[in-house]
Amino acid sequence: MDNPVAVRMTGVTKAFGSVVANRDVCLEIRRGEVLSLLGENGSGKTTLMNMLSGIYFPDAGEITVNGTPVTIRSPKDAFALGIGMIHQHFKLVDVFTAAENVMLGVRGKDRSVRETAERIKEICAKYGFEVDPRQKVYDMSVSQKQTLEIVKVLYRGADVLILDEPTAVLTPQETQKLFAVIRNMKADGKAVVIITHKLNEVMEISDRVAILRRGEHIATVSTCDTSPAQLTEMMVGQKVSLNIHRAEPANVRPALRVEGLSVVREDGVRVLTDVSFTANAGEILGIAGISGCGQKELLESVAGLQKTEKGSIIYYPEGDETGTELVGKQPGEIRRLGISLSFVPEDRLGMGLVGSMGMTGNMMLKNYGDSRSFFLENRKPRELAQRIKDELEVSAEGLSTPVRRLSGGNVQKVLVGREIASSPSVLMTAYAVRGLDINTSYTIYNLLNKQKERGAAVIYVGEDLDVLLELSDRILVLCGGRVNGIVDARSATKEEVGALMTNLEENGEEEKE
Amino acid sequence: MLMTIANLVALITNSVLFGTVIMLGCCGEILTEKSGNLNLGVPGVMYLGGIASLAGCYAYESGCAAKGTTPAGYLCVIIALVCGFAAAALGGLLYSFITVTLRANQNVTGLALTIFGAGTANFFGGLIMQKSGGVGTINLSATAQAFRAQIPFLPKNWGVVSEVLFSYGAMVYAAVILAVAMSLFLSKTRAGLNLRAVGESPATADAAGIRVGRCKYLSTCVGAGICGLGGVFYIMYYIKGMWANDGYIEALGWLAVALVIFTGWRPVNAIWGSYLFGVCYWVYTCMPEAVSRFLASTLGLTQITYTQNLYKMLPYIATILVLIIGSIRQKKENQAPQSLGLSYFREER
Repeated sequence: MDNPVAVRMTGVTKAFGSVVANRDVCLEIRRGEVLSLLGENGSGKTTLMNMLSGIYFPDAGEITVNGTPVTIRSPKDAFALGIGMIHQHFKLVDVFTAAENVMLGVRGKDRSVRETAERIKEICAKYGFEVDPRQKVYDMSVSQKQTLEIVKVLYRGADVLILDEPTAVLTPQETQKLFAVIRNMKADGKAVVIITHKLNEVMEISDRVAILRRGEHIATVSTCDTSPAQLTEMMVGQKVSLNIHRAEPANVRPALRVEGLSVVREDGVRVLTDVSFTANAGEILGIAGISGCGQKELLESVAGLQKTEKGSIIYYPEGDETGTELVGKQPGEIRRLGISLSFVPEDRLGMGLVGSMGMTGNMMLKNYGDSRSFFLENRKPRELAQRIKDELEVSAEGLSTPVRRLSGGNVQKVLVGREIASSPSVLMTAYAVRGLDINTSYTIYNLLNKQKERGAAVIYVGEDLDVLLELSDRILVLCGGRVNGIVDARSATKEEVGALMTNLEENGEEEKE
Repeated sequence: MLMTIANLVALITNSVLFGTVIMLGCCGEILTEKSGNLNLGVPGVMYLGGIASLAGCYAYESGCAAKGTTPAGYLCVIIALVCGFAAAALGGLLYSFITVTLRANQNVTGLALTIFGAGTANFFGGLIMQKSGGVGTINLSATAQAFRAQIPFLPKNWGVVSEVLFSYGAMVYAAVILAVAMSLFLSKTRAGLNLRAVGESPATADAAGIRVGRCKYLSTCVGAGICGLGGVFYIMYYIKGMWANDGYIEALGWLAVALVIFTGWRPVNAIWGSYLFGVCYWVYTCMPEAVSRFLASTLGLTQITYTQNLYKMLPYIATILVLIIGSIRQKKENQAPQSLGLSYFREER
C-alpha cells in the first residue's frame, strides 16, 4: 500500500547558462515517508529541490502538489503550498532571537513574540526538539541552528520538509537526535526529503531512495529492496572499487616532530594540551577525532597561523638531522620551507580561495611573491589551473569564472589541487574530501598517495573512519585536544579508533583547567 | 567673551535647530540602511528636498503676491513638506532602481546621487534667484514664519526653561517624535522585523517569503523622503526661507551619515546624538577666548577664528571614537546591518 503522493515533479529541467543542472527529472514525494535524494556532487540534487522551495524557477516541466498543477515563483509560494526547505547554509538572521527568526515573514498567525515563543515550545514538545525561543542565533551551535531551521519550517505549517545535507555539519550523536526527530515527523504524516550522499544514512533513515546522476533521474527504489553496493553503482554509473591503493611506506624518516604542543585560543579556551607526535616522510599520518577536537588548531600551529602556548615543532629537511624550529616563524617562511596546508573549512571559500577571482588568480595567490618581476607572471598559474581543471574534472565555464560561482565540490577540487601541485615536503590536508563525490574523492586519495610515494610527509585529517583506515599508514587519534593514541592503520579496527575518539584514557580524564 | 547664561541658551537653541536637520537626515538614512542599502546620497537628497520645497513655496508665495492675497501659513508648510518629501523620495527611487534593480555598486551610486542632488539644487536655486531678481532676493517670509511659529499652549514664561525647551516650531518636536516612532517601528513591529531581516540577510528574508526588492525600494524611498525633510527644515527654518549655494547642506548631510554610525543604527539615539553634534559644532561660539587664543598660539594661527574649524571636527572625532569603542566591545546588535552595501540577487550562488 503506497502512501498518498504530496508532490510530483514531471519532466523538470533547469539550466544555468550552458550547464544543465537538471534534465527531464520525474520524482514523487509521498506523505508519511522519508525519501532520500542521493547523488554525487553537482548531480543536481539541491537545484532540483530549490525549484520546489521557490529559489529557482524551472525552465521546463510540471510540478503538482496534492494532484493540482502549481507554479512556485518564490519561497512564499512554496510556503503557501506547505513546502519548507532547510538549506545547507542556514538562512537565519544572526542578531535575531530564535522566536524572531521563526516569526519572520509570517503573516497573521501569532501577533507577538511571546505567542510565537509559546507555539515554538508546543512544536518542540511534539517532535522532541530543544529550542530556547529567546536565545540569539549568534550564540547557537551549528546543531541548534539546524534545529531552529526545522522548527521554523514546521511553524509555518509545512508538511513537506526538504533537508539539504543535514548531517554534513553534525556529530554522530547529533545526527542520531536529528534522525529521531525525522522519524517523529514521518509518524506525524509529513513528507520528508533528505538530500545526501552518505550511503549509511540513506540505508538507516529512508523508505525510498531517488538517485540522480549528472542532473538526470536514474531510478527510485525502496530502501529495503536495495543495497549500498547497488546504490553506489547507480549513483556513479559504473562499479567503483572500494579499495584505496596503499603502497608500503618507503624511505621512512622523520620529517616533522611536534613536542608538547599546547594551544590556548584567543577566547581563552584551551584547545590543545601537550600534543606530541612525529610525521614521517613517505608515510600518510591520519588524524582522527570528533570535529572541533583541535585538528584545525594543530594544523594551523604547524603552518604558523596559530599562536602556540608552549611546545616545539621541528622540521627536518632531507639530510638535515638537527632540524629547524617552526614555532615563531611567519607563515610565509614556513611555506617556503616546503610545508603546505590545505584546510577545507565548512564554508569552503572561507580560507584559501578568493571567491571573486577565477581559478588562475587563485593559483597565483600562493606564489605571486616568488617572482621578482614587477608584472604578474600569468602563464604558469594559467597552465596549472588548466591542469587541475582537466585532471580533477572541475566543471567550470572557464578559468576566469569566479570560483564562488562553482559548486561546493568543485571549489574544493581547486583548493586541494593547488596545494598538492606545489609538491610540498610536508602536506597537510584537512577534510580534503568533505562533500566530494566518490570519484573525486578517489582522485584526491590517489594524489595524496602519489605525494607519499614521492617522499612527502602527508598529514590527513579526515572524518570518515573507513577512509582513514584504508588510506593512512598510522592514525593519530585526538580527543579533547589531547593525543589519545597513535595506532597502526593496517591492524587497527574501526571500533578501536572509534573508542579512542570518544573516550580519554584513564590518566587524562576530565582534567579541569 | 565670557560664558554667560544667555550664551549657553543660544548655544543650546542653535544646537537643537542644527541637530534637527541632521536628526531627520539620520533617521531617514537609518531606515534606508536597515534594508541593506547604504545610500551615501544623503546630502544629495537633502538638497533635492530643500530645493523642491523652495520652488513649491516660491511659486505659491509669488502667486499670492501677484493676486495681492496673503499666503496661508498652513498651506506653505504643507507645500514645503510635500514637495520636499516627494523630490527626495524620487532621488531615493532613482537610487533604488540603480542599485536594487540594476544591481550597481551602492557606494558609487550614492556618491553620484550626492553630486547629482547638489548640482540639480544649485541649478534650480540659481534659476529661481534669477527669476526673483538676483542673488539674495529669495525670501519666503510667509513660509519661514509658519515654520518658525511657536506652539501656542507651551508655557512661555518659565524663563530659561521655556527658551531651551519650548521656543521652537512644531517640526523640531515632530522630528523627535519621528525618531521615537521609528525606533518602535524597527524594534516592535512585524514590518520592522522584516525590514531588519532584509538588511541583515536578504537570502534569509527571501526564503522566509519577504519581498526583498519591494522592501528595499520602499524603505529607501521613504528614508530618502525623510532625509529630504531635513533639507526642507534647513531651508525653511534654519536659514529662514532663503537660498544659498554655499555647500552647507552637503556638510550637514555628511554629518547625518556620520550620526547613523554614531547612533549604532538606533533612531532613538539620534535624538541626543544630533543635539550633541550640534553642540560640538557650535561650541566655539561660547568657548572662552583664552582657550581659543591658546589653541591658536600653540598651532601658530594668526587669527583666533581659524580655530572654529577645529571645533567643527568634533562630531567626526566623536563618530570615530564610537566606531572604535563599538569594534572593541563587539556587541553584535549595535553594528551595521550585515548585508549593508551588498546587492542581492536570488539566483546568485
